[in-house]
Amino acid sequence: MDTTRPSAGSVPRSSSGTGTAPAPLSSGPVGFRRSLVLWGLSCRAFWLSLWLFFVYLTLSGPLGLKLMPSAVRRVRSLADRQRALAAEWSGVEIPAAYPEIPASADQGRALRTKLVDKDNQIARDWRWVTLDPIVGGAISFGPLLLVLSGIWGLTTAVFGAQLSDSWDSIWYLFIPVDGVGTAILAGLLGAVQFPLAFFWAGPRAVRQHSRYLRAFLAPSDAELMAGRIEHLTATRSDAVDTQMAEIRRIERDLHDGAQARLVAMGMTLDAAEQLLESNPDAVRALLVEARQSSNKALAELRDLVRGIHPPVLADRGLGDAVRSLAMISQLRTEVEVDLPARPEPPVESAAYFAVSEILANAAKHSGAERCWIDIRHEAGMLRITVTDNGRGGADITAGTGLRGIERRLATFDGVLAVSSPLNGPTMVTMELPCALSSPKTTSS
Amino acid sequence: MRIVLAEDHFLLRDGLSRLLGAFGHEVVAAVDNGPELQRQLTEQEPDIAIVDVRLPPGFSDEGLRAAVAARQQQPGLPVLLLSQYVEPLYARELLSTGSSGVGYVLKERVSNGAEFVATIDRVASGGTAMDPEVVSKLVTGKNRDEPMNSLTEREREVLECLAQGRSNAGIAEALFITEKAVAKHIGNIFPKLGLPPSDTDNRRVLAVLAYLDR
Repeated sequence: MDTTRPSAGSVPRSSSGTGTAPAPLSSGPVGFRRSLVLWGLSCRAFWLSLWLFFVYLTLSGPLGLKLMPSAVRRVRSLADRQRALAAEWSGVEIPAAYPEIPASADQGRALRTKLVDKDNQIARDWRWVTLDPIVGGAISFGPLLLVLSGIWGLTTAVFGAQLSDSWDSIWYLFIPVDGVGTAILAGLLGAVQFPLAFFWAGPRAVRQHSRYLRAFLAPSDAELMAGRIEHLTATRSDAVDTQMAEIRRIERDLHDGAQARLVAMGMTLDAAEQLLESNPDAVRALLVEARQSSNKALAELRDLVRGIHPPVLADRGLGDAVRSLAMISQLRTEVEVDLPARPEPPVESAAYFAVSEILANAAKHSGAERCWIDIRHEAGMLRITVTDNGRGGADITAGTGLRGIERRLATFDGVLAVSSPLNGPTMVTMELPCALSSPKTTSS
Repeated sequence: MRIVLAEDHFLLRDGLSRLLGAFGHEVVAAVDNGPELQRQLTEQEPDIAIVDVRLPPGFSDEGLRAAVAARQQQPGLPVLLLSQYVEPLYARELLSTGSSGVGYVLKERVSNGAEFVATIDRVASGGTAMDPEVVSKLVTGKNRDEPMNSLTEREREVLECLAQGRSNAGIAEALFITEKAVAKHIGNIFPKLGLPPSDTDNRRVLAVLAYLDR
């Protein structure tokens, strides 16, 4: 699976809203078990932080630089796991804004500069990993500590009287166990701690842990906004470039096509006028030629308009426009559309041309015979999947085609994912946030 | 023939009226929008309606929708659609109302007056006329399809002419072959498209539909 991640700037837009909602509690024993898992992860963070310490010490030399990328990857994978658990168990969404580091020979050096920058996800991750064994460990260890202490309480209740003799004196919490009375008291207190650990402390520890995680790992609002601005700047410049290229293509097409034909037509008609008296037969031939020129000019204008904004898209919207694409595609294509209304025109157009290009790619490169297109609108997203039964192996990083589509979709905050294992099938999924505006006008 | 004409460009509407008049047809109503067209079609009951796909008020596919609605009300009402673009999807929708007495051609075909009037006659007498561009689009697009694949190059050309509504003689003329050869090719095309032997005229239309209806 080759998935393109939203780049650094495209952080989840709902990042700020999660802070106010009360986090749900996991139910009793489940919460206890989860706190154990979290504690296990804290132990991993401990070993990892020792490793990081070593990497940190060697960072000035080539060894540290060499180790750096893998260290960063490991920290990120641990942090990702923790973030995922916080979202799944406590409903606390913690956004992450990783800077994009190009894969190059000098990656270690680039990552090192990121470490110095305090307002940076990588630096924040590293700070968190060093502290997590202490803070996170303490929070998640709480429930287990209660259980262990409960066991000690029961042990002192049974063996307390004898042990106090041989060990001089033993204590259970604040109780010096020296006789039957204090032993029973210790036993009672110890027994109470089990339900306390399972039903009270466990769930609360999990919730507390997720809050602590957010405090340490979540980027600041300013940082999120900076990322967003960076993303907007990049996509805007892409949009302007694309638009300029389009305009230039249209200008060239008009210049070399219809315009040239009209000029030729004018000359033909002029020649016909000259010959009108002397050679009527030649005039007839010239007029036929002029008509052919006009037909060709019209055909070229038609193709040009189709490339700018296909009439069927304007008339009928995305669903029928894609059905029309399917009708003339070389692949046997089935189209499933579930749109209660029409998306906004710019989104509609972007989606149409993306599908058109993907379908053309599939027909050209995949060796597929069949293709399935599914278009639906769910939770404020226009989601389109194009699946073919070809040989697979499509790579978004290889060609410019998919990359280009991705860039154009990014203007609308859309994303593109490609799943294309060898031997197929290839599935391209696009998601575009959009509202459905005008109600459906199709009658049939 | 009594003709209802719907076209929003004044120049073209005027020119068409004059052209049709010159060939001895009567334009009983020339309208420039969808609702008016629908009203005239039910009122006049013309021999044929010549309709621009894109009409006011919405400037989308009002003409097509009015034509489809009219053919549902008055089955068999001959309709010739004109458009700046030919759209296979629209051709299929038009044909779904029945395949006799329908036509769908590019506006620029009007420039050849005699041929255009011949097309009108063909549609009015229950024939089919699909613009070569609709047909060629579908043929080139669908060349992976098995039944179409089994056709030879010549058979495909013959089928293209068939879809345009030409007679055997017309096809022979267009492809510079004998009428006998045309009949032979057509005889080969039908079984390849899986059309059962029945009366020939019907099969000609079905062959066209075999194109469009996939």
